Amino acid sequence: MNPLLSVEDIHKRYGKEEVLKGVSFQLRKGETKVIIGPSGTGKSTLLRCINRLTEPDRGRVWLDGVEVTSPKANINRIRAQIGFVFQDFNLFTHLTALDNVRLGPMRVLGMRKEEATALALEELARVGLSDKANSYPAQLSGGQQQRVSIARALAMNPKLILFDEPTSALDPELIGEVLEVMIQLAKEGMTMIVVTHEMGFARSVADEIIFMEKGVIVEQGPPEQLFSAPKHPRTAEFLRKITELYGGTEG
Amino acid sequence: MTGFYFEWSFLPKLAQGLILTIEITAACISLGFVLGVLLALGRVYGGKLVSIPCSIYIHFFRGTPLLTQLFIVYFGLPNWGIHLSAFLSGVLALGLNTAAYQAEYFRGAIQAVKRGQMLAARSLGMSRVQAIRYVILPQAFRIVIPSWSNELILMLKYSSIVFSISLLDLMGMGKRIAARNFNYFEVFVVVALFYLVLVLGLSQSLRWLERRVRVPGLGAPGLR
Amino acid sequence: MEFFLKLGEVGRYLPMLLRASLVNLELLGALLAIGFLIGTLVALLQVYGGRLLGTGAYLYEWVFRSIPALVLLFLFYYGPARFGVSIKPFLAASLALGFRSSAYQSQIFRGAIQAIPTGQMVAARALGMSRIRAIRHVILPQAFRLAIPGWSNEFSSVVKDTTLAYAVTLNEIMRHAKIVMDNQYDLAMATFIVVALVFLVFTYSGNALLGQVERRFRIPGLQMPGTQGAML
Repeated sequence: MNPLLSVEDIHKRYGKEEVLKGVSFQLRKGETKVIIGPSGTGKSTLLRCINRLTEPDRGRVWLDGVEVTSPKANINRIRAQIGFVFQDFNLFTHLTALDNVRLGPMRVLGMRKEEATALALEELARVGLSDKANSYPAQLSGGQQQRVSIARALAMNPKLILFDEPTSALDPELIGEVLEVMIQLAKEGMTMIVVTHEMGFARSVADEIIFMEKGVIVEQGPPEQLFSAPKHPRTAEFLRKITELYGGTEG
Repeated sequence: MTGFYFEWSFLPKLAQGLILTIEITAACISLGFVLGVLLALGRVYGGKLVSIPCSIYIHFFRGTPLLTQLFIVYFGLPNWGIHLSAFLSGVLALGLNTAAYQAEYFRGAIQAVKRGQMLAARSLGMSRVQAIRYVILPQAFRIVIPSWSNELILMLKYSSIVFSISLLDLMGMGKRIAARNFNYFEVFVVVALFYLVLVLGLSQSLRWLERRVRVPGLGAPGLR
Repeated sequence: MEFFLKLGEVGRYLPMLLRASLVNLELLGALLAIGFLIGTLVALLQVYGGRLLGTGAYLYEWVFRSIPALVLLFLFYYGPARFGVSIKPFLAASLALGFRSSAYQSQIFRGAIQAIPTGQMVAARALGMSRIRAIRHVILPQAFRLAIPGWSNEFSSVVKDTTLAYAVTLNEIMRHAKIVMDNQYDLAMATFIVVALVFLVFTYSGNALLGQVERRFRIPGLQMPGTQGAML
């Protein structure tokens, strides 16, 4: 079966430093891929290259047969099909939760207001925030803001969703509510790529885990394989450190 | 389209006007400085008896047009038996006006100096006046430089208003030349260029000054 | 003392003066509108315009901020004559003061736009919005709210500048006040004090109005960085 997303030989350099040194992988529909690795290894950059929020220096990306990286590509239309959840949420400060979620459908997808509102309320319910529809971002906790931002991505009916360290900016007690939403999405068959440090999540939800270090993919494979019998010594070392730090991989 | 008419002989006359502009600006900004500091100190450290009149003054001169203030001084004062020359009227009106704005800038700067500074000065045994003179004002003056520079440049531009009481500053001289030769457009393009050069020169000098007196750790709130 | 008697005498001319002050208010409206539209455009060019347009916009701002208002008034009033076109004082004054205000307003709007975190634009693009859409639906609504305090300052400043238009023969309040004075020289002080009071009323009402506007459009968390309650 053809992959939904195909990432081929992505390179990215910032000044003297090459942050991505030729990264390639493929993603099937309904798959959940989790990318782990030390900070600063280009994981976030890789994600941003997929929808060209950051332009790769070299390499190509295909989404469902369409070349994203082509100069002729209609990037706005492509981005509308890819959901993106940011580490610092980036909810639109001047809009209520409801407005945040229906802005995309109305202004990008051209939906009528009634339709978009109904859709937005549905997605807010899906992430458990129906009662916060009229709240502004400043009135919401971090976890709530992130869930609204997931609803915002979902409202676009994307082919896949990219999560860039979605819980890294959250207080520990708020992480759970966001992970819950993400686990549910994975169960429902959403195609996802998640960059995270949450090993429990990775272990229990990922179909495949990619371990990146210093701009390259060191190892990739299903969670059972990576966690119990990693092929590469650096993978083992990283996992050991993470386990020490975060005390085990409770799911 | 009729031909452009500008003689080089106009330039020295305009330069004369330029000098008067600079004189008036310097005079009014100095008057404004002294009065402004006093008003600010009055508002910050004075009791109700002092601070309220200061407030009224500031509100009046900030809330009414400069042109009106100029005419009050030049045309109004004679009603009360006070006859000032055009030059003095101009300097006085502009000076009183800028004093009100400077007072607000100084007040902000004084209040931006941390409370602990005054406490430390008093704990050394300084009187209030000494503390203000040796500790508060030196810091306030550095903090106020950006706003003050702005005000100086503003007054340079607004000084052009004195042409309306027949002073031959850059603006007044320009009008006289233009009225005689019917070439308003050409003359005032040159006048505009004069002002542009003046403003440019002044802002660069002020920026240099700011850098010279900078002290690490001391800047306007919000600056490093 | 007798000053108050004079004030009473000026009362005769009050209706005429007040009517003339309407011209000032009309000019105010016109110049603020021009300044707003052009100022927004210039600010957008400075922030999003790229090197050529951006530099041009900065240059425009510098020129119209550095030339005194009176000089601009003269250029716009007498300039067209040089090219064979005659122009009414009101139009000349609106354009001159309008372009000038646009330079100051552009600075206010630019500051507001730059205070918005970059993440807002990124998130809008990630949804698939074009740059222009993002500016329209995400950036400007926030920028205009952030700009209200600065804009109020410009408003206060510019109300008083409308009197400068007297120099290009506009029949506004100062011109009429001068006529009163020319008729009865002993009423000079009283007349100009009255004009001053009229402007005090304008300034304070204007500020109160803008305060209401600010409250009406306030959004929790949306404030200039460093102010109370700011989420930025």
